[in-house]
Amino acid sequence: MTTTTTSPVLTATGVTMRFGGLTAVQSVDLDVHPGEIVGLIGPNGAGKTTFFNCLTGLYVPTEGSVAYQGTVLPPKPHLVTQAGIARTFQNIRLFANMTVLENVLVGRHTRTREGLWSALLRGPGFKRAEAASKTRAMELLEFTGLADKADHLSRNLPYGEQRKLEIARALASDPGLLLLDEPTAGMNPQETRATEELVFAIRDLGTAVLVIEHDMRFIFNLCDRVAVLVQGQKLVEGTSEVVQSDERVIAAYLGTPFEGAPGAEEAAEVEAAEAGAAPRATGGAAQDEAQRGTTARTEDGQ
Amino acid sequence: MTTDKTQPTAVRKAGATAPRTTLLRALTAAGGAAAVVSTFLAWTWTAEFPGDLTFYGYPGGLQLLTLVLGIATAVFALAALDLKGLRWLTPSGSTQALRLLALGTFAVTWFTVIAIAVDLDGLVNLEPGGWIAAVVTAVPVATTFLLPDDSRPLCRPKELPSWAEILIIAAVFAVGLYVVNYGIQTDADHPEPFLGFLIAVGFAAVALAKAGLIGRISELTSTYRSVTLVAALITAIVFPFFQDKSSFTELGVNIAIFATVALGLNIVVGLAGLLDLGYVAFLGVGAYTAALVSGSTASTIDVKFPFWAAVITGGVVSLIFGVVIGAPTLRLRGDYLAIVTLGFGEIFRLAMLNLDGTSGPSVTNGPDGIPNIPPLEIFGFNFNDDHSVGGLTLDSNGNYYLLMLLVTVLVVLIFSRAGNSRIGRAWVAIREDETAATAMGINGFRVKLIAFALGATLAGVAGAVWAHFQSTVVPEQYVFAGPVPPNSTFLVAAVILGGMGTIGGPLLGATLLYLIPKKLEFLQDYQLLAFGIALILLMRFRPEGIVPNRRQQLEYHETGQLDVPGATGLKDSAVGVTKAEA
Repeated sequence: MTTTTTSPVLTATGVTMRFGGLTAVQSVDLDVHPGEIVGLIGPNGAGKTTFFNCLTGLYVPTEGSVAYQGTVLPPKPHLVTQAGIARTFQNIRLFANMTVLENVLVGRHTRTREGLWSALLRGPGFKRAEAASKTRAMELLEFTGLADKADHLSRNLPYGEQRKLEIARALASDPGLLLLDEPTAGMNPQETRATEELVFAIRDLGTAVLVIEHDMRFIFNLCDRVAVLVQGQKLVEGTSEVVQSDERVIAAYLGTPFEGAPGAEEAAEVEAAEAGAAPRATGGAAQDEAQRGTTARTEDGQ
Repeated sequence: MTTDKTQPTAVRKAGATAPRTTLLRALTAAGGAAAVVSTFLAWTWTAEFPGDLTFYGYPGGLQLLTLVLGIATAVFALAALDLKGLRWLTPSGSTQALRLLALGTFAVTWFTVIAIAVDLDGLVNLEPGGWIAAVVTAVPVATTFLLPDDSRPLCRPKELPSWAEILIIAAVFAVGLYVVNYGIQTDADHPEPFLGFLIAVGFAAVALAKAGLIGRISELTSTYRSVTLVAALITAIVFPFFQDKSSFTELGVNIAIFATVALGLNIVVGLAGLLDLGYVAFLGVGAYTAALVSGSTASTIDVKFPFWAAVITGGVVSLIFGVVIGAPTLRLRGDYLAIVTLGFGEIFRLAMLNLDGTSGPSVTNGPDGIPNIPPLEIFGFNFNDDHSVGGLTLDSNGNYYLLMLLVTVLVVLIFSRAGNSRIGRAWVAIREDETAATAMGINGFRVKLIAFALGATLAGVAGAVWAHFQSTVVPEQYVFAGPVPPNSTFLVAAVILGGMGTIGGPLLGATLLYLIPKKLEFLQDYQLLAFGIALILLMRFRPEGIVPNRRQQLEYHETGQLDVPGATGLKDSAVGVTKAEA
């Protein structure tokens, strides 16, 4: 996909988020254009989800601003959704005790107006709006392949379908931009491929997508552009090829053994530990104990 | 034999049924029948024991309970024996139901026998009939516990014509009314009949649930919703006409009021998930407002509003208080809100105590409250007089009961309509996960404030009616916890015990929580202890409340989904994989 000349749907400028002394996100700029799928990758703790939370108003960024279609967004989640940015969550956050259909209907909240009075009086307008919401919600369930489970409680859905339902619920607010936070976490290869198809289908509906993911094959298959976040800063941004061949990205993911310092320090630490352990190991009982300790630890680890 | 292949389990079960199970079931039926016969004997020699159990030839008092449960045991045992025409009784298995019925018969009978011995000082007061009853009711207990368990998922019922199904609903409500009436009309001076009634109803209700009959009926009622509503309404309306003592109708009014207030609280707690521990204050606001504008001689405001205006004023003032309390506090989440509302409840009571002209401005007469609220008169219909309708008299309490019933219907309507709409879904979404709800575009604060204010308004309206019924308001009625309802603990307990988020739950919960202590006044100081123990037991064994929410309707879907534990397993292992990758 070539870069479009249209104005971006999302413009994040200098977004910085500090928690006390910790800077989780530092002056990150990011644009997403209509019809684009943009990937956001980075090692654990790089600040990807924090950045998402800044975009959607769950966090108030310490500095910087987020604009949707040129309008700066107030940092209130419901206003962000109202404006047209919808999101899913890294750890699934469905309304567990509501049915699948009701979950999607809640997603329609910003696109309907019926308040308490119209609910109590049940005029023709209310019935029309309810019917329209239901129709739209069923369309979305068809789209994500959950239509036959509309009456199930969402907590009873298998894991992969819960992820799909989160996407359906987010789409219910007719967003111009969809933020997906690790949509394939914990999925098997088939499910991941199905999710890929689903994201393409969403893009084809005209919704731009910004996606966080650890699965590199998924990201590089899917995205027109990928941004890499490392320790809160944007390291590099570009097409799959550019990002894949960037040495700094490889270093960020795999570490830099040739730079010496941390490796040498660690080696010294290990040596010191071994030296310290040796005298104690002379006694047979102590050795046994130490071994037992190690086994216990390994079991814990599993 | 294709059936062998398609239904191997059924065939195996039928094969195993053979002699032993059949014999046990037959013995159970015989035991039930013997229990029935024993109730026709005299159990004691003196009429001093309540209910007069001294007659040969016809049962009375507590014997009636043994009679009914004995018949039920026998009939269910016959149904278990596959007697034609009775199989509909046990759509989801007979053994567990039989065990409970046998236990219920046994418990009621032994309770009666022991009560006779204790009340009249000695086993010598038992007639042979009592001994026989005690022995024969033990038989079905023994036999049913030897029976193999035959629980099965609720099987598809036979299609009935719709008029028959509607008749069944009507019959269920008639029986329900009779049972409630029986319980209410037990003599308050003697706790034995009511205790026996509680034991019998408890065992019978669980037995019917285990047999699958309650599941069948709830299916019917959800198919014929409007019929059910009309039947429920008629049952509620005719209730006061069958009461011959004003103390019974008084129970009715109080139950109606507290059930309504509990249902209002259910909007706040059950739907929106906001734990309000000071809800009784809004009832108080409504009651005090209505009392002040009622034209009472003790009122500090010299106005007399017509009743409808007093009710609206009560509701509106409550609404204002709800918004004033809610606006600053609903930005808090969870526990904080509970503490703030708890504080508000106490502030209200103390303020009413102190607005007496010496400690503060003269508004409420302090601890004396506002007495002498004039009786209601609407269109020349005086609520304090007895009225005769078609030969049946309706006393003063009955009048207020019907008036209160109107408010109950209003609240039920508001609850069901608001709950099943965009705003109701937003409430439930906030309850389930507030962060996700706001990310779906719900303005959490606004939506919560609407729930809080609506709950406050409904309590205010109920309070206005209550003030007129009581004809006096005093601050000490509006405490956080106490032995006498209304208090906030009572209301919250009614909602949680009955079932959060349902209509039937709080109504049933408030009824039980009001009626049982009223009938067991002999417990005196131990009432609150018993109340606490009962709540703990209920929460341990049925945390979702007596009337569970939604899940019941979805039972069919859920039984088809055996992948639930598998899904969590997948999730766990999936997390492991991601961690390993990272």
